[in-house]
Formats: sequence, C-alpha cells, structure tokens
Amino acid sequence: MSQPYRMETQNLSVYYGKHPGVRGVSLPVHDRRVTALIGPSGCGKTTFLRALNRMHDLTPGVRVEGRVLLDGEDVYAPGVDPVVVRRRVGMVFQRPTPFPTMSIFENVVAGLRLVGVRDRRVLGQAAERALRMAALWDEVKDRLHAPAVDLSGGQQQRLSIARALAVEPEVLLMDEPTSALDPISTQAIEDLLTELKNSVTIVIVTHNMQQAARVSDYTAFFLDGEMVEFDATDRLFTNPADPRTEAYITGRFG
Amino acid sequence: MPDWIYRRLGDRLFAALVVFLALGVVAAALLVALVLYQGSALAFRTFGFFGFLTSQAWDAVRGQFGAWPPLAGTLITASAALLLAFFPALAAAIYVVEYAPRWLKEPVAYLIDLLAALPSVVYGLWGLFVLVPPVRDGLERPLFTWAAVHAPALVPLLGPPTGIGLLSATLVLALMIVPYASSLARDALALVPQSQREAMFALGATRWEVVRRVVIPYARAGIFSGVVLALARALGETMAVTMLIGNAVNLPYTVFGPAATMASLIANEFTEADTDLHLSALIAVGFVLLLLSLLTNLVAGWMLRRLARGEGRR
Amino acid sequence: MNRTLRRRYLRDRVMVGLVGLGTAAVLVPLFFILYYVLVQGIGALDLAFFTRPPAPPGETGGGMLPAIAGSLVVDTLALLMAAVFGVAAGVLLAEYPDHPLNPPLRLVVDVMAGLPAILMGLVAFALVVRPMGHFSGLSGSVALALLMIPIVTRATEGVLKLVPWELTEAGLALGLPRWRVIVNLVLPAARGGILTGLMLSLARGAGEAAPLLFTAFGNPYLTANPLEPMDTLPLKLYVYAISPYPDWHRQAWGAALLLAAAIMAASYLARRAFRR
Repeated sequence: MSQPYRMETQNLSVYYGKHPGVRGVSLPVHDRRVTALIGPSGCGKTTFLRALNRMHDLTPGVRVEGRVLLDGEDVYAPGVDPVVVRRRVGMVFQRPTPFPTMSIFENVVAGLRLVGVRDRRVLGQAAERALRMAALWDEVKDRLHAPAVDLSGGQQQRLSIARALAVEPEVLLMDEPTSALDPISTQAIEDLLTELKNSVTIVIVTHNMQQAARVSDYTAFFLDGEMVEFDATDRLFTNPADPRTEAYITGRFG
Repeated sequence: MPDWIYRRLGDRLFAALVVFLALGVVAAALLVALVLYQGSALAFRTFGFFGFLTSQAWDAVRGQFGAWPPLAGTLITASAALLLAFFPALAAAIYVVEYAPRWLKEPVAYLIDLLAALPSVVYGLWGLFVLVPPVRDGLERPLFTWAAVHAPALVPLLGPPTGIGLLSATLVLALMIVPYASSLARDALALVPQSQREAMFALGATRWEVVRRVVIPYARAGIFSGVVLALARALGETMAVTMLIGNAVNLPYTVFGPAATMASLIANEFTEADTDLHLSALIAVGFVLLLLSLLTNLVAGWMLRRLARGEGRR
Repeated sequence: MNRTLRRRYLRDRVMVGLVGLGTAAVLVPLFFILYYVLVQGIGALDLAFFTRPPAPPGETGGGMLPAIAGSLVVDTLALLMAAVFGVAAGVLLAEYPDHPLNPPLRLVVDVMAGLPAILMGLVAFALVVRPMGHFSGLSGSVALALLMIPIVTRATEGVLKLVPWELTEAGLALGLPRWRVIVNLVLPAARGGILTGLMLSLARGAGEAAPLLFTAFGNPYLTANPLEPMDTLPLKLYVYAISPYPDWHRQAWGAALLLAAAIMAASYLARRAFRR
C-alpha cells in the first residue's frame, strides 16, 4: 500500500434487492494504466464497473456497500455529489450512444455545455483535442456539424469516447466498448487505448481475453460476483495463481 | 367433402369474405366524405364555398348562414385549451416517466388514462355544476366589477359574467385534453432508450439536464404529434362544450359571454332545423369540421412518419 | 466551477418543482372530477334508478330503466358491427400484407380514428335515419360502430402481427389450408389482444352522446326494438344535466357514475385480457 492508487475499491458489494451481484471486491486501479476486468457473462464485472462512478444510484432497488476511493476519498461518503464523481470518472458504454438530435460537434462538447462553457473558441479547441485523442478528427473535421447518427458504428463509438474525454476525466470506465463493433473498428479502438493511457486511467470490461491481454497492464478475473484473482496482465495470463483462473483463460469453461 | 373444395375454395371464400368486409370499412369512410359533401351542396350552392366559410351571419329566421362564427369559436376554444393544457400535460408525463418512484408510476399513469377515457358528457356535467359557480363568482364577477370601475373599455370585451360561455367551455376543454395529451407525451418519452439517459448522466449531468438536453429532444417528434392529435380532439369535442358554451352564434364573442363551436352548433340545432337550407348549412359546417380535422390529423401523421424515418436527421 | 454547480442544482430543484406543480395542476382537478362523480352519483343509484321509467318533467322520482336498456341494446349492436368489420379489416392488414386494398384501408383507418364523433352521427343520419324516415336505436349503433371500427382494426392488426410466423408455418406444414390456419390457430392465439381492442372500443363508444343526438334521439318509454328511437345513458345524462329540475340533476350524477364505472370495468377487462 506504499504506492497511492488512482482508484481503489475496498470490500465492495452490490445488491439487487437481496441478491448480491458483486461480493466483497477489493481492487486497486493504478494511475495511467489500463486495468481489464474479465470473466464469463453474468460474473458481475459490469455491475462492478458501474459502481465506480455511482451509476447504480439511478436504478431503484440497487444497493452498494463498501468503499470506492478516488484519490483516497470515498465517492460514496455522505456529502459527495454523484454529479461531480461522474464528471471525474467518465464512462463509455457497450453500444455507441450518440445523441441523435445533436451534431458531431455538439455531441463532443455536450459535457462542457453542462458546466456553462459558451465561448466558441474554447469549445472548438476542446472538441478538436478530444476528437484527436479519440482518433476521429481526421475523419470528421470537415463535417463537424453533420448529424452524429450519420457516422458508422465504429465512428460513433469513438465519438462516444471523444465525448467522455472532452470533460477531461481522471478515470475512464469502458464497458465492453468493442463488443458491438467490426474487427477494423475494434482494432482502431484498441490502438487508441495504448495512446490514451498516457493521460487517462482506464478500467475496461471485456469478455474477450485476447483483448485484455493485448491492451491491459493489469487484469482482474471475476467469477460469480467475486474477484478470483488480480495481477499484472502478463503474469495473470502466463502464471495464474488460482486454478479457476487457469481454467478460464485456457478456455475450459465460460 | 372433396379435398379441393376444402382447400382452394375455402381459401378463396375466406379471403373474399375478409376483403368484402374490409371494403365495407373503406366504403364507410368514403361515405362519410360523400354524405357530408352532398348534404352541404345546397348551402354551398346558395352562399358559395368561400362565401359560406367567411360569412359572419348565422340567422335561421332570415335564412342567412355563414360558417365563420362557429369556425372562429372552434379555433379560439381549441387553441386556448391547448395552450392551457400543454405544459401541465408535458409536466405530468415527465413526472411519470422520469421522476416518480416506481410504486407511483403505474397508479398515476392509470389514473390519467382513465380520465382520458371518461365521456365528454361527464366532463360537461361536472363543469356545469362544479366548475361554473366558482368561475362565475370567484373569477368573472370580480373581474367584471373591477373593470366596470377601473377600465370601462374592457367591459365590452369581457362580456356578461354568467359563468356560461367561452371561458368555462375552454377551461373544461383544457381539462379534457390534458389526460389525452399527457398520455401521448408519456408514450413518446417512454420510447427514449435508457442508454441515452445513462450516457448523459455519465457526463456528469443533473437529472433535469438529462431531461432537457437528451430526453425531450429525442422525443420531440412524438410529443408534437401528440399535441396535434390533442388539438384535433379539441376541435371536434362536442358534448362538454355544448353544455358550457351557451350556444350563441353572434359575433363578436366576448371572454365570458356565450359563443358556439362547429360541433356545438350542430349538436344544438340539428334536430330543430326545419328548412332544407338550415339542415344543409349545418351539414356544411360538419364538412368544414371534417376538412379541419383531416388537416390536423395529416399533420400529426406526417410528424410521426418523420419520427419513424430515423429520428434526429437534423 | 463550484458556483456553476450550485446554479445547476438550483435550476434542477426549480424544474423539479415546476414539474411537480404541473403534475399537480393535472391531477388535482382530475381527482376532483372523480370525487364529485363518486360522491354525487352514489346517492342517486337507488333501486328506482335501475327499475323505473323517467318521471314526467318536474316531478320527483322515476329512474333510468329505458336509458340503461337502450344503452345495452345500442352498444351491443354497435360492438357486433365493429367486431365483424374491424376484425376482418385487421385480418386483411396483418395476414394478407400484400393485398392491394391495404394501403387505402390503412389510410382510411388512420383518418377515421381521428374524426370527431359528431360527424359519424351526421353520416348515420343521412344513411339510416333519412331512408327509414325516423330516428332509431339502430342508426345510433351504426354511428357508434363507425367510431369503434378503427380502434378494433388497429388492435387486431397489432396483435396478429405479434403472433409468431412459426405458428402459421407449423399449421401449413400439417396440411391445413390457409383459412383454417387463420381461423383455428392464429385468431385463437391472438384472442386476448382482440378482446382488448373490443373492450377499448366499447369503452369509447358507450360514453358518446354526440353522434346519438340525431340518430338514437332518445325515448322516455322502455323499448327493446332497435328500429324505434331509443334512449341511452349518455343521452339521458345530457338532457337531464341541462334541464332545470334538481331531481333530474341528481339522476344525471347517477348516470355519470354508472357510465364511469362501466368504462372503468371495460378498460380493466381490456388490461386483463391483454395480460393473458
């Protein structure tokens, strides 16, 4: 515990009514690294991810126990505003979610508009920066004011990433961001991740083990709502400590 | 029974029966237009179509008939009622879809739907005995007295504060279309995918910001087509208006005083019409009402089709 | 940053308040309507209300028996007509999707659904009352049926399209002809949804008075013959409400409660049928 983590969960549990979806997970998230969460579907990895930026607050009947530290402070502590938490911890979803009534430009700056940024120059610069980070700038710079829904699926997902990056979050949560995309778009987003981790801390949920091995520095393996193992990615994939991890990564179940 | 009768003939007979009955439905709709058009012919021949539409006279005794007074009454009451109903209806829809706790959503939605199904005569009865006295004594008379002393110029505009007239009819009409408009707006809001809301929340938005910037824009075509459908309903609403508006076809109308709409005029005079011209004029008013509601329904349908054809291509 | 956030929260609170206020502005008057119908109506629903013909104008007492019976006859006939034509049109739209009649049929159903009810009365007057030479319950049923058909057609089409195509294929694979598949497999599978449509159309038609003013017309004497003029509850409610007699006002509230209860029952049945 000598090294301060960007984010850390301590004994985190998430209940749907009485049923626990995630049980007692303690996970460190290293600063400016990619942490991957893997496991068979229904293992609780998405549920866990959504606890990190308090998305569960929006679903009635879901209860979160334990602590989620962001720079050492519990985001579930009384008096902490979920709106502020979500601004610092951004999220990209499984399917691209462009706002259909907005242009590409307005999609990217949607988060900045919320905090009252009106200056066209500031907005323009922020949009360009975010779109460049998301490796979308060259494809859309000539049609920033076209409807966002005109973009292809892969472009829409990179737009969602640009939109999340535009508010300059400290941590970016990604929930299977490539599962709805074709191989070429997937490749583009995986390349992007290695670039992004220079400036942002990333937690990514994926059911694709190869993807986790390719893009992440640390990997956590989830099974039945519990975290079975956490380690540096190369170690977890070459020399897992738990037989269940080994069974999963060698494809014997799930 | 030989097999081919059972199969080929059976299939043909069944299809023929279905087509025959469906043709009946199409024929019925054509008959609606045809009957109203034919019935109006005498009035249109006598006064001319545009002459009938723009003439201000409606005088059964002298045989002068013009559709302008009831047309104006219809447009005034329907648009004023829509204006009154729009924001509360939208607010109630937003409340049910976005804010209400889960246990409250169903009952509130059910209550609103139930009231949308309540008959017009029931609203009229309620308006007559429950709404009119306070409107007359608490609103119209004080205003009238005040105007008589302080602003005599307003008095002819306000009209007699009897409680029966334009104002009461409009208020009840607004009450009647609120549940309908709200129910349609609720359907439109409920179609907004949860992922849209979550994406905005994840950017650090408050709930209102999610509603204002994502939910309402996404649903706007559905909301507006609902508004137009509510307008269409207000235009043709008959019984409650007939019971409350006072049925006077003389222009100019006043805020408190009696007036007439196309529907209330037909309801009120049809069984008393004793000349062919009077009857034809009433059917011609029905024909104008038909055109007006066709127009509004076409606009609503066009909006909905734009919604279906890829929302947000603009 | 912090000041912006405070302003945003202030706006959030204000808008919650406005939404709540708007909702209250909708629900409170509507609640009052139900309250008055219940309270005023319940006192009027005595035995005489259901079993007696109306008293002469100005006299106390009497009941709504002719109007209740008339409503039953007129609404039943209308429902039958709407069911036959409406379901058939729905079957054509859903089961014969390529039929050339479908585009005009769909247009017509959409248009008819949005027309004011009073226009249906004018049409039934011209088509039935004039040729017969007098008002009749039957002409009222025709007017109501015109109103109800689009509702039935839409519901039927919608629910038939939900029936899985595999069911049709399975039936055809068994060697059943198409019409037997539709009558014996598809329609029974869609029974709940069709019933829902019928109940909704009944709830709509049973409360209408406007198209009956110059078709069914009204009749103070008890009759079960739909070729004669007939009273119905909404018609009687209207006549009593605008009359000068307090006892008739009392009975009008009774009729309002009875109508509201019937419509609630119909929409409750509609929901239950749909869930099944």
